[in-house]
Amino acid sequence: MKITETEVRYVADLANLRLTEDEVHKMAHDLDEILTHIDKLNELDTSAVEPMAQVLHNVDETAALREDVERTPLGTETAVKNAPVSGAGYFKVPLVIER
Amino acid sequence: MNISTLTIDEVRRGLRQKQFSATELTKEALRFAEAENPKTNALLTISQDRALAAAERVDKQIAAGEELGPLAGVPIAVKDVILTKDLRTTCASKLLENYIPPYDATAVIRLEQAGGVVVGKANCDEFAMGSSNENSAFGPVRNPVDLERVPGGSSGGSAASVAQGTSVVSLGSDTGGSIRQPASFCGVVGVTPTYGRVSRYGLTAFASSLDHIGPFSRNVRDSATLLQAIAGYDPYDSTSAHAPAADYLAAMDGNIRGLKIGLPKEYFKGLTRETGDLIEKGIDALKKLGATVQEVSLPTTDYAISAYYIICTAEASSNLARYDGVRYTTRTNADSLTGMYRATRGDGFGAECKRRIMLGTYVLSAGYYDAYYLKAQKVRALILKDFTEAFEHVDALVTPVSPFPAFKLGEKLQDPMEMYLSDIYTITGDLAGIPCMSVPCGRTPAGLPVGMQILTKHFDEAGMFRIADAFERSGGVQ
Repeated sequence: MKITETEVRYVADLANLRLTEDEVHKMAHDLDEILTHIDKLNELDTSAVEPMAQVLHNVDETAALREDVERTPLGTETAVKNAPVSGAGYFKVPLVIER
Repeated sequence: MNISTLTIDEVRRGLRQKQFSATELTKEALRFAEAENPKTNALLTISQDRALAAAERVDKQIAAGEELGPLAGVPIAVKDVILTKDLRTTCASKLLENYIPPYDATAVIRLEQAGGVVVGKANCDEFAMGSSNENSAFGPVRNPVDLERVPGGSSGGSAASVAQGTSVVSLGSDTGGSIRQPASFCGVVGVTPTYGRVSRYGLTAFASSLDHIGPFSRNVRDSATLLQAIAGYDPYDSTSAHAPAADYLAAMDGNIRGLKIGLPKEYFKGLTRETGDLIEKGIDALKKLGATVQEVSLPTTDYAISAYYIICTAEASSNLARYDGVRYTTRTNADSLTGMYRATRGDGFGAECKRRIMLGTYVLSAGYYDAYYLKAQKVRALILKDFTEAFEHVDALVTPVSPFPAFKLGEKLQDPMEMYLSDIYTITGDLAGIPCMSVPCGRTPAGLPVGMQILTKHFDEAGMFRIADAFERSGGVQ
């Protein structure tokens, strides 16, 4: 086994993802199959290869910088419009800090 | 007017000769879409108001004698991962069922500026993750060629809509084959341009180092016209390329005599006989047009799937972190903030998204980074090197798009690894960031379309279109 159900639960917590018991079981099976396939990469010697961190960037580092000019932003009302719960121009969430 | 077979040239001619107005054409397109869409579920939203407003703008231009844009009056479907202002954009996810974007994607702005008429939002796999369009929270898309079969994915709705006739051209997105594979399955043209050629501003991010926006159409010319309209640098996407786009239509002169085409041998093993036979006929057609053909080798191909599923899931796990119940429409309540995040995401994401978030989180988690992500980035560099070396000897590569034609609904749904392996010939183009496309290459004895893939070097869409267009003009494979 490349991955256990305990590890699946740990990773789900890292990903902030609630999984049912059935999902944990199926996930362990699926991820195991995929990770086993992925192991194939170890056949390749890549010790002398530079990782490809950038897909295509044949221009100066500064080419992506734009002029610092004002433009009208979305505005608070528009920005929070899709929020499930909002109020007074803010996104509202459950209590974070207990007093 | 037969809306289901129209091309951009026919729309332009019809408007110019006053056979129909843009409004008449749009009304007919909307009527056809309302009537026919339930058969395939290719469109999730039909955008009456927006379409009619766009058509009215075109009619005013005609009345004023103004020059028309290259897409004037053309009914266009847009994949539902591409944002449209004030028009529901769901990413085919339950999480975003009621999401109304506050802005337009750059590609949408550009196609509307060119006179295009957005008639609907196309169904797809949830957050563009899948190869069959069965991962949509709003039901699968059926292939118009055979309703018992999948249209391919993830841009299955964009491909099916053009094949069915509910749009003339459409926009899709491609991360590992999500444009070319459904184009192949539905018998239409689908193009993945060079990475950075089209701005992704307003494209819901799946795997940012691999995501592309590209066109679908019924002929090569129309994809070239649509790509031309949306291509080019965008200050809102720092990864968009500064390189100017060539004049694609001018490049399509029908002449490929003396062109050197490479056939990568790794792409011709493991495909079904029916697909292989058709691709072979396609290659014969290219030879008849005067192209020379030689075998080449891309030795890292066998490792591409592994590298791809590390990179794309790692990036997806990060990109999808934003769907946490705070900003985007859907929340499952819980006592704590973390509990709310977990419940919202657990309820909202479908099985494939969860699988990819989990795999991506796992490969990025402490202790695994070097073994997985870094290793995959190195393998990705080798895959690019394979292509770069091949293009020192040949002008283009030709391969199958998929090892097999459209499969039946449900056939591969229970086995994610088998589904992933179906992307074997398309993911390499995305990993290398080179332009690649699917052009229809005949039908199997059972009547299923097969696509031929053409790949060229970075920014050489013109060369790719020239080959595809010459092939199409010659009659392709019958």
